[in-house]
Amino acid sequence: MSSPQSTSDHELVARAIEGARKAGASQVDAVLVRSDSQEVKVRNEEIEHVKRANERCLGIRALVSQEAGLSSAVTSTCDLDPEAIDRMAQETVALARATAADPHAGLPEGGFAEDIPELDLMKAGDRNVSVEARIEDARRAESAAREVDPRIDNSEGTEAASDFSEIIYHNSQGFQGGYSSAYHSLFSQPLASEGENKQRDYWMTVSRQIAGLEDPAAVGRKAAERAIRRLGARSVPTCEVPVIFDSLTAPSLLGQLAGCLSGYSIYRESSFLAGCMGQSIAASNVTVVDDGRLPGGLGSKPFDGEGLPTRRNVLVNEGRLESWLLDSYSGRKLDLPSTGNASRGAGSGPGVGTTNLWIEAGEGTLDEIIADTEKGLLVTELIGMGFNPITGDYSRGASGLWIEGGQISHPVEEITIAGNFRDMLMGIDAVGSELVWRSRSAAPPLRVGQMTVAGQ
Amino acid sequence: MTTDRTSEETREEALSFFKDRFGVDERSLEATLGTALERRVDYADAYFEYTTQDSVSLEEGIVKDGSRHLNQGVGVRAQSGERQGYAHSDEISIDSAQIAAGTARAISDQSGGSQAVSLAGQREQRDLYPVEQSPTDTPVETKVALLDEIDRYARALDPCVKQVMASVITQHRRILIASSDGRLSADIQPLVRLNVQVIAADGEKREVGYEGMGGRYAIDRLMEPSTWKRMVDEAVRVAKLNLNSIPCPAGSMNVVLGPGWPGILLHEAIGHGLEGDFNRKKTSAFSNKLGQRVASEGVTVVDDGTLPERRGSINIDDEGTPSRENVLIENGVLVGYLHDRLNAGLMGMEPTGNGRRESYAHMPLPRMTNTFMLAGQDDPEEILKSVDRGLYAVSFGGGQVDITSGKFVFSASEAYLIEDGQVGAPVKGATLIGNGPDVLTRVNRIGNDLKLDRGVGTCGKDGQGVPVGVGLPTVRIDDLIVGGTEG
Repeated sequence: MSSPQSTSDHELVARAIEGARKAGASQVDAVLVRSDSQEVKVRNEEIEHVKRANERCLGIRALVSQEAGLSSAVTSTCDLDPEAIDRMAQETVALARATAADPHAGLPEGGFAEDIPELDLMKAGDRNVSVEARIEDARRAESAAREVDPRIDNSEGTEAASDFSEIIYHNSQGFQGGYSSAYHSLFSQPLASEGENKQRDYWMTVSRQIAGLEDPAAVGRKAAERAIRRLGARSVPTCEVPVIFDSLTAPSLLGQLAGCLSGYSIYRESSFLAGCMGQSIAASNVTVVDDGRLPGGLGSKPFDGEGLPTRRNVLVNEGRLESWLLDSYSGRKLDLPSTGNASRGAGSGPGVGTTNLWIEAGEGTLDEIIADTEKGLLVTELIGMGFNPITGDYSRGASGLWIEGGQISHPVEEITIAGNFRDMLMGIDAVGSELVWRSRSAAPPLRVGQMTVAGQ
Repeated sequence: MTTDRTSEETREEALSFFKDRFGVDERSLEATLGTALERRVDYADAYFEYTTQDSVSLEEGIVKDGSRHLNQGVGVRAQSGERQGYAHSDEISIDSAQIAAGTARAISDQSGGSQAVSLAGQREQRDLYPVEQSPTDTPVETKVALLDEIDRYARALDPCVKQVMASVITQHRRILIASSDGRLSADIQPLVRLNVQVIAADGEKREVGYEGMGGRYAIDRLMEPSTWKRMVDEAVRVAKLNLNSIPCPAGSMNVVLGPGWPGILLHEAIGHGLEGDFNRKKTSAFSNKLGQRVASEGVTVVDDGTLPERRGSINIDDEGTPSRENVLIENGVLVGYLHDRLNAGLMGMEPTGNGRRESYAHMPLPRMTNTFMLAGQDDPEEILKSVDRGLYAVSFGGGQVDITSGKFVFSASEAYLIEDGQVGAPVKGATLIGNGPDVLTRVNRIGNDLKLDRGVGTCGKDGQGVPVGVGLPTVRIDDLIVGGTEG
């Protein structure tokens, strides 16, 4: 279940559990996160920085019995001296005594993960990846970007990072588990300029294995092409048009949707989707899935932040809302079982998080969707936080490409796109066929039939 | 700059904390820096941090969560030309600092430096936030009682209040910085914050209202009933207001920004673009614009880390440079950048006390402190009356900027239409977008009512969050694009 070198880490976690029980906790869980990372940044082919870090952090949650239920508290420390852990365990219990009893608080009653599937979350040999090799990767991306066009004359740099982490989780219900994972990335951000006009864009590749990363030169070229095509961007007159989200911007919609499906926002009634279970909330071509067990998945993990097995949950099936995202607490509040979506870091108690979240691919490439759009906007970058989950009101800064007669006509910036999320989901009239994972959430290109574009 | 007894005490207290608890003394620090300097590097520093953060939060009428987090560690940096090597460890000891120094110096492939370092204290500090007792020492029961009172008060205030969420967060941060140019600096930075959020309902309609407050002072100030009651009143007022708001128009409009928190405009549109790293690399829309007009006459913008007790203030930055007042735009002309040590050095300029980091696990970057526009002459009432049709925005959520293109955006959480010089209906979901280098050239009225925000800002850059402040007098800006839904 866990690698042999982590025996002492398991002992530290067990010590925290034991310490809190001795201090009077009726339930307790603890998580230890160990991370070993390196990051290099190369800019214009010169090394900008090299960073290395080894970190361990322990989080403890104690629940104390009171008349009306359990009261709880969470602590975390990166001081892993055994005596410091004992002190922290006692402090956690003392803090838990000071909070109020909550009838819904508690560890899961059972159903903990028994099988720990091999999810291909890291490749042991990748631990030997040298700083020099990653510097070379970043250099290749930088020089490939420059070779695309003489107008690529500067850069914010290319970062190559590798992070190896290990998570160990125990609870007083008897569950003990651990797993290791890795995360490798290359992120390139060149600048293009023409006269006074200066534009930046980016491209990236992310994988659980070094071998799974795209060719650095291809990443640099793609980033450069994206920056070049933004040169000469201008605003457009205010209008209502179809808006296409590309594979980098479409996942942001998915993230906002997930926030509105979290059990916490449902029981707090702070989501515009509260009360919509079983109803049609999106166009019938939209199916949203969260699955924590995709082999090699960037969001995969064998068990969630409470030790429950991760699984496949269809959240929206052909437009119909079928599941919330739940941990055991928000599940109890809604009288439903956990969906295995507890997320837990060392520094916080459990909350709801997604694993691998995506929108099922449809038909047609991005180019075909553009060709099918008489007049509209292709959004390639979004900025700002203009989304209100309680009402669904959506208004964000955007940049992208203007479409006329089914063709790209010119780059656009200094505009906003606005609508109501409810209408936007129902108005999705094209779902593309290209689904590529660049983070834990992925979506194919999407077209929303009509949104308000505000500009000059 | 003044020196007083309290400041010296603060520094001494921090120094002896690291010495007594972890054995980090001057001689061992000199040895650590010596290790980093065995290769040919221009500069090295070691940053030690010990931070405790506590929080208590309430929802559904009960205090459900209490938490305490201890974050400690050391980060060592070696710098050679534009290159930086950085290594950090969560173990505070001279041994771990030595190992980090050995890793960080690998940035330089040339041996033969071996300079001896002799550390001396800096004696010119003043304490901008002398706090007798660490806010994290306040008994949790006191904080729980405060939140319970807030909940009862909010629910009694108005029947439309359906949910109350409130939290108290206290932080106590001790830092020590030893650098190869011989400086040994230390600081103790308290930080407190109270958040109140309510959900109000009217039939099917629901809306949120939020109010927060904080700074570098003792928690007692937040416990004052007149203080937290005002916050609750404000959160409830905003939630109810938004229940009755109408969709926002879309397009180019004349906009009046209210005083205080709308200063986030300066932070996004101007401040980030003036950070030294982007200008040294010439990736900012403001690169090479020093001495040029970037704002209307009368517009003066400063970044000032020396305001007592403000959330964005710091005695010293995270490289040990004392904070100061930096004028960025003077009477419309760009006159200064915000610098950390590295970028100032590479540009042949002086560090400005803006080298900040989220924690020992991060390298310092040029960052803002408290950024605001100085007051002008105009009466705020007159400014509103001068607008025939426009938008009056008084409070905001978050913002963001694209440094290179200069395009920025920020979202209003409280805004009204202006019709014939009168404040009219509240609108929802107004997002403002503009171009940093020219937005301030369209400022045509500046109020006499400069206000700073209430101490709730956190700025994100390269994945690092640091506390900041903003401020603004009432200003009128013409032809800003407002992103609403009504054509």
